[in-house]
Amino acid sequence: MAMRRVPFFLTYVFLWIPILVVVGMSFNAGDSPFNWGGFSFRWYGELAADEEIRQGLVNTLIVATGSTALSTVLGTLLAVGLARHTRSKLLDAVATLPVILPDIVLAIGLLAFYALVQLTLGLYSVLLAHAVFGTAAVAAVVRTRLATTDPSLEEASRDLGANGFTTFWRITLPSLAPGVVAGALLAFTLSVDEFVIAFFTAGPQSPTLPIVIYSMVRFGVTPEINALATVLLAVTFTAILAAQRLTRLAGSR
Amino acid sequence: MRRLGERFTLLGPGLGYLTVLMVVPLALVLSYSIFQRGRFGGLIYEPTTENFARLFDPLYLNVVVTSVKLAGVTTILALLLGYPTAYAITKLTPKWKTVALIALVLPFWTNFLIRTYAWIVLLSPAGLVNDALTGWGLIDEPLQLLYRQPAIVAGLLYAYVPLMVLPLYAALERMDDELLEAAANLGAKPARAFFSVTFPLTLPAVFTGCVFVFVPSLGNFVVPELLGGGQTAMVGNLVRDQFLKARDWPFGATLALAVVAMLVVLLMLQAWSARRLAGDGDA
Repeated sequence: MAMRRVPFFLTYVFLWIPILVVVGMSFNAGDSPFNWGGFSFRWYGELAADEEIRQGLVNTLIVATGSTALSTVLGTLLAVGLARHTRSKLLDAVATLPVILPDIVLAIGLLAFYALVQLTLGLYSVLLAHAVFGTAAVAAVVRTRLATTDPSLEEASRDLGANGFTTFWRITLPSLAPGVVAGALLAFTLSVDEFVIAFFTAGPQSPTLPIVIYSMVRFGVTPEINALATVLLAVTFTAILAAQRLTRLAGSR
Repeated sequence: MRRLGERFTLLGPGLGYLTVLMVVPLALVLSYSIFQRGRFGGLIYEPTTENFARLFDPLYLNVVVTSVKLAGVTTILALLLGYPTAYAITKLTPKWKTVALIALVLPFWTNFLIRTYAWIVLLSPAGLVNDALTGWGLIDEPLQLLYRQPAIVAGLLYAYVPLMVLPLYAALERMDDELLEAAANLGAKPARAFFSVTFPLTLPAVFTGCVFVFVPSLGNFVVPELLGGGQTAMVGNLVRDQFLKARDWPFGATLALAVVAMLVVLLMLQAWSARRLAGDGDA
């Protein structure tokens, strides 16, 4: 019985040790990202003063906010349309494809597409690209919420003379709200973390935070990355726990 | 008629967007694979099979074979680790189940580069693993752990193991315990019951998990670069280099299509196993 639990504990140790080490080392006073030299917030200070990281963070927030706004509108409409107005397997497949497609394939496809339509790469090219998987993510989350809502309310609204728009705005959307918010949070987190597509579609003057991290890691390891990692971990964990709570609310109501 | 207008308003924007920014780009990748590379990185629109022939050039074939091997080992390890983990989670109390699932996905949601970076911190000559091993007197000299193939497998496994556990957990959670009781009543030992009842019923989820681990491992270029030290290139690295360095987009597109082809084959296997299971249920 105890033996059977071994892989279970192994998985969690494997998943958490690297994270705990990085977080621990972020409070290192010494210059090495590996060896402990006493406790300090020194690297958080260096991090706050790092202009490149600050710019990357601003870029990332612009991309994530814009693509989330776009994804939330497109994804919500798409989810309602797919759930209520079609049985097409093909349309279903199109809406879920961004989730299973390897990111590098979408990345080179978008790069080729931008080159073809002669769009200069910048921040908006990343924003538009991120809205592709963002839309799919929002649509997927909203659809799970739709499965638990009662379509008879919408029918009642129509029978009472409300038009499609009023029904959508007053009945469908409010009942979907927790799902929409959870979907938007998911799209935002995905965008903040996304590297491969951004790497291919960002202009040279507008690196997002993951691209800045990539070049930092590639050209050497400094404890500053540990501090940055810890901050990002804290932000992501908070967002995920919030999304989890919302999804649970969405499920229970 | 009103219904039709509504249908268009709801489905039109999203599907239109995905068509322009996903279907068209994918069609471009597909079409580039049959064109030739121009002298200055442009395209010559004359059909050729040269790109596909180059896939079998030993230089590139080696990379493809190495990638499939590393992604395959990663997938098998993920299954060996993930199946018992998913199984153990289903046996927890509801409260601990939630904790276990959150603890499983939280690392997965942290920035991918940071997760890979963590392994540099662990595996480097002055890193924690070497420190521990020398500290316990197991080794005298730090081992070269980084920049070797096992480091790549560790990084990929770390990145994708939750994607194996989640579908398996969902399938095991849905399992009907009465089937196992029936097997036990008929005299099957637990191991026998597992291999002739539980495992076959979760086979579609096994395939789903394998797709989720194998395909992104194959296309990953960050882990081989950061943990493999650029010594072991994988298909993802080749695709990136063809697009961003060599400027040979047609061949890069062909390599990406090879990854997509493997994805399609695996998805078909998954669909086949799910259908077969459904067929068994009817019989």
